[in-house]
Amino acid sequence: MMDYIIGHINYWLIIAVMMVGMFTLMSRTNMIKKLAGLSIFQTAVILFYVSLGKVEDGTAPIVAEGFSTYSNPLPQVLMLTAIVVGVATTAVGFALVIRIKEAYNTIEEDEIRELDAKS
Amino acid sequence: MMQQISILLVVLPLLAAPITALVRGKNLAWLITFVLTVVCFGISLWILMDVTTGRVIHYELGGWQPPWGIVYTIDSLNALVALIVSGIAAATMLYAPRSVEKEIPDHLIPMFYAMFQLCLLGLLGIALTGDVFNLFVFLEISSLSSYALISLGKNRKALFASFNYLILGTIGATFFLLGVGMLYAASGSLNMADIQTRFAEFENLQLVSTALMFIVVGIALKAAVFPLHSWLPASYSYAPSTVSIFLAATATKVAVYALIRCLFDVFPMQYWLEMLPTIMITLGSVAVIYGSVRAIQQTGMRRLLAYSSVAQIGYMIIGIGLINESGMTSTLLHLFNHALMKAALFMVAGIYLLRANSTELDDLYGLGKDMPYAFSAMVIAGLSLIGVPGTVGFISKWYLLEGAMQTDHWGVVIVILVGSILAIAYVWKLVEALYFAAPQKPRVQNVDSGSDTIAKSPMLMLVATWLIVIANIYFGIDTELSLGAASDAVRSLLGTGA
Repeated sequence: MMDYIIGHINYWLIIAVMMVGMFTLMSRTNMIKKLAGLSIFQTAVILFYVSLGKVEDGTAPIVAEGFSTYSNPLPQVLMLTAIVVGVATTAVGFALVIRIKEAYNTIEEDEIRELDAKS
Repeated sequence: MMQQISILLVVLPLLAAPITALVRGKNLAWLITFVLTVVCFGISLWILMDVTTGRVIHYELGGWQPPWGIVYTIDSLNALVALIVSGIAAATMLYAPRSVEKEIPDHLIPMFYAMFQLCLLGLLGIALTGDVFNLFVFLEISSLSSYALISLGKNRKALFASFNYLILGTIGATFFLLGVGMLYAASGSLNMADIQTRFAEFENLQLVSTALMFIVVGIALKAAVFPLHSWLPASYSYAPSTVSIFLAATATKVAVYALIRCLFDVFPMQYWLEMLPTIMITLGSVAVIYGSVRAIQQTGMRRLLAYSSVAQIGYMIIGIGLINESGMTSTLLHLFNHALMKAALFMVAGIYLLRANSTELDDLYGLGKDMPYAFSAMVIAGLSLIGVPGTVGFISKWYLLEGAMQTDHWGVVIVILVGSILAIAYVWKLVEALYFAAPQKPRVQNVDSGSDTIAKSPMLMLVATWLIVIANIYFGIDTELSLGAASDAVRSLLGTGA
């Protein structure tokens, strides 16, 4: 049992990071904090992919003498794309928050809901 | 030859978008987009004609062999979805210029069209790709551009709606990504066909069932399957009218397509046959009733139509859950048919928004009499939504009823009937407000001098609306194209004879 837990320590940590992101995302009303939570959540998935590709004692997949075990490079390459997507999402999110601030003069979700209900 | 052309559907918008963004004049930007969408429509039509003969087009990106490289595999289902997306895009662009001019600030118009092209690119990409990670990338391209498009709505509520959509949409996409990661960990492949053929090797891993759950929930969020639909009504009712036409008619349909593709062509059907169908039928039925009831309660035309979309997606999910030929055929037909009816209805809503500056029903009282063309288009599309014989709505409901009866799902039969009655109620609500209610506000008519925008509906908008309305009737009578492609696709999905 102990071996199972320690052997999968990276996944446990990733699940913890993911849940921190999810919780921030759902529990906060401040939009910037929500976006921060979203970023953390996405980062956890990126970590998950990267740790998938790691092979014990493996090196970078470049053929050279003296090395026979290589880590899988594909998940890392996939994550380059996912990072770009994540950055773009955060950027669009921040742009929206700026415009929301201009339009409503607040970035608290509950206050915006109140303002919306009035109009 | 055909193989090389298929990639153009993705490459052309990708090239045109940055060019459009740099263009200064709004008419030129519109022209580029319009030509682009028409060309895409032509290509998809051509591809569809080619693949209905049973041929499957394979395109290997950069010449890399699958399963290592990304491959586009196009069968009738892909081609049908691509046709829906590009066809609606072309009709939307025909409709767009006046409405965009009114709703979007001048200096943003080229950007708006560029964003529209990117959204089109993403949706077409999802429809064509045969690689699960590539699907994620296109999903995000289309979603990111639709967040931007929705936020351009005039009402400040559009911003908040867009933000909520961004949060939920990203959670959905990230869930999907996580599912794909687990599937990759189990299978070592991202190619749909490859995963499917080697599925027996790893199907006992618990990881695979977890991956299925993440993928299904992730896509269901994008498809606005009840109870994950909360982002949809606000987004569609506050977006600029061009955007709500395009997104209402295509975005959720493409997500439903992705769901079908993942369920049948990534995971084998036998794998989830025991757990998912019951859930899908239940959620679909609840969606039909809930969406219709909420639609009746709405006081805004676009919000009403958006809730009706939630209900219509319910029908599609029920169709998948029935797991027989008629049920699946009805889902695929409904993808096509619902795109036609919702596009027509949102187009009419857009005309009212242009003329009356509002889509709240009490501002529109009696306007139907002044705008007979727009109003009658709405009535026909509304009848199609209800499912009256002679319109497209009837065809898909008929197949769904047949599927439900064949599998003895009498509860579903009742849900469909109740859903149709509720649809009559909400379409009647529109008709009553627009035609029978007494006008509440004094209005300007037959203006002699100055701008004629208040007195006349723009010609292009009416032409586009009526094209879609005629398609609504045409494909309700001559079902060869839609039904042919749909049943062809169903046969290959369910594996019942080629």
